[in-house]
Amino acid sequence: MKLHEYQSKQIFSRYGIPIPKGRVASTASEAKSIAEELGGRVVVKSQVLVGGRGKAGGIRLAKDPAEAEQLATQILAMEIKGLPVRKVLVDEAAAIGQEIYLGITNDRAARKPVIMVSAAGGVEIEEVARTNPEKIIKSHIDPLLGIKDYQTRDIASSIDLPREYWKVFGEIVKGLWQAYSDTDATLAEINPLVITQDKRMVALDGKMLIDDNALMRHPDLAEMRDTDEDAPAEIEARKYGLTFIKLDGNIGCMVNGAGLAMATMDITKLFGGEPANFLDIGGGAGADKVAAAMRIILSDSNVKAILFNIFGGITRCDEVAKGILVAMDEVKPKVPMIVRLVGTNAEEGRQLLSNAKMITAETLADAAQKAVNAAKGI
Amino acid sequence: MSILVNKDTRLLVQGITGGEGLFHTQQMLAYGTNIVGGVTPGKGGEWVEGKIPVFDSVKRAAELTEANASIIFVPARFAADAMFEAADAGIPLIICITEGVPVQDMMRVRNYLDQKHIRLIGPNCPGLLTPGEAKVGIIPGNIAIPGNVGVVSRSGTLTYEVLYALKNVGMGSSTCVGIGGDPVNGTSFIDCLQMFEADPRTEKVVLIGEIGGTDEEKAAEYIATKMSKPVAGFIAGQSAPAGKRMGHAGAIIEGGAGTAAGKVAALEAAGVRMARHPEEIPGLLK
Repeated sequence: MKLHEYQSKQIFSRYGIPIPKGRVASTASEAKSIAEELGGRVVVKSQVLVGGRGKAGGIRLAKDPAEAEQLATQILAMEIKGLPVRKVLVDEAAAIGQEIYLGITNDRAARKPVIMVSAAGGVEIEEVARTNPEKIIKSHIDPLLGIKDYQTRDIASSIDLPREYWKVFGEIVKGLWQAYSDTDATLAEINPLVITQDKRMVALDGKMLIDDNALMRHPDLAEMRDTDEDAPAEIEARKYGLTFIKLDGNIGCMVNGAGLAMATMDITKLFGGEPANFLDIGGGAGADKVAAAMRIILSDSNVKAILFNIFGGITRCDEVAKGILVAMDEVKPKVPMIVRLVGTNAEEGRQLLSNAKMITAETLADAAQKAVNAAKGI
Repeated sequence: MSILVNKDTRLLVQGITGGEGLFHTQQMLAYGTNIVGGVTPGKGGEWVEGKIPVFDSVKRAAELTEANASIIFVPARFAADAMFEAADAGIPLIICITEGVPVQDMMRVRNYLDQKHIRLIGPNCPGLLTPGEAKVGIIPGNIAIPGNVGVVSRSGTLTYEVLYALKNVGMGSSTCVGIGGDPVNGTSFIDCLQMFEADPRTEKVVLIGEIGGTDEEKAAEYIATKMSKPVAGFIAGQSAPAGKRMGHAGAIIEGGAGTAAGKVAALEAAGVRMARHPEEIPGLLK
């Protein structure tokens, strides 16, 4: 789950990381009154869950409250990469001396979190990673012990940070790690962490990603979810614990297991069809979940055929069959349905579906070919 | 021969009285797996299926049953603790079926288990099947027959697809290992390839990967330099759209790796025969 900049910075602040004074606004007049409170120059920053906000004109500097109001009006009317701007963050403007990149993420290959720091922070950090990887210092964190003090000193020294900043930098790094660890983050990033002309270190921008699997133990974070960027069907799917991604094709797919769901899409495409979605009902799905999945697939009017590919293991084919029957009764689908059930309780499942008007298939290739033909009306 | 599990496996089931744990205990027993005990805290002293004793702790179960493997069916929020408990009880082989375990939990578990030299399979995996000897997990027993093909896969149900396709042409497997698709797991492709290379019964190997991470690329390097046995493979996700992402850290740490095309190219360059869909695998092993 992605957090907005203002949400990320609020979390950082709770861990002792200095952030600019500022607040979030949903209207231009609110933005103006925040600018008045702050006094002086402010930055008006669009809060959308995509990168490249600055280049899109979604981050602007205002010299006074009147200009802040005017810029907020413009920015709140924008769409950035298809996402409407619903909030702006109004922050005091900083006189920037140096920009540092500081991020923590999981290095899955090393099976440890890794802290990454560069003296060349700012918007071009990925370019730096490509062209001058040696300018990014990486240090792995022992997940059982956490970050050690000497690591923060080593990092500070290796990016040639002036010694007067080592202590405050160390506190920021440790705070970021603690925030990362406590929130079950998969990314916590400050870019840039700036040294201001009056010699303070401030986190000007912040990003966090939270592990969806861990939200069960962070109800406060789960409430922060912004569903703006998700299609309604994806939000509905999440309610039922289904993984659904809408695509542009016309063959609806319902599969158990992410790998098999991808392979089913792959073979559909290989045989000349276009999948309408990725849908993984997960392991052990019951009839109600299957019925919800079918309603979601059928809510897409592009769908011309549905392909069910269920290979039972922890999922029982008879449960899936019951769900299909419930949903058929409720939504009365008019598109052809191709069903393939193999594995745990497949025979019972096939029995249950024997009276339903469905096209059956034995092999995956057979099922995919029949679905492609059905979608083409052959 | 086979790898990891066989008829000498003495298995504990953690979460044996839960819905999934009980159902799959019955399935494993029906297959002939030697289940020596189960663990559900608070239910010690009960019996499952009239013959499997239930204990309150893994330590107690291990002392009394001499178990040498434990399979975990507990819910995600308790899974890390279950793995720590099995490790502290000295179980040398842990199989975690549970899906949805938080990744930071898995980093702690993995680093802890590595220090104790304990092998973990999973999480979010279908477990292991040595056809004709032991089913340790949820792979349906009737979709595979004994044979000489070693199968290792990051996916669950996609693995079944391949086993079933092999069986349909009369080909069997030595052992099938589902290593799980989570970003941080226990056993890697390379670990399994090493074991298959050393296993006298395994003559050919099937590797099933998917998009994300760099494990397939590393496996390709290993196959090219260290393996003598032929390998066939499939990568799922060739039609998947590129994910939306935020932040720079992911791009910095993984660069351009992780795409289906990149993985297929790396494996092909290592001499692996790549299938366009799972049912092509048996033909590539002939």
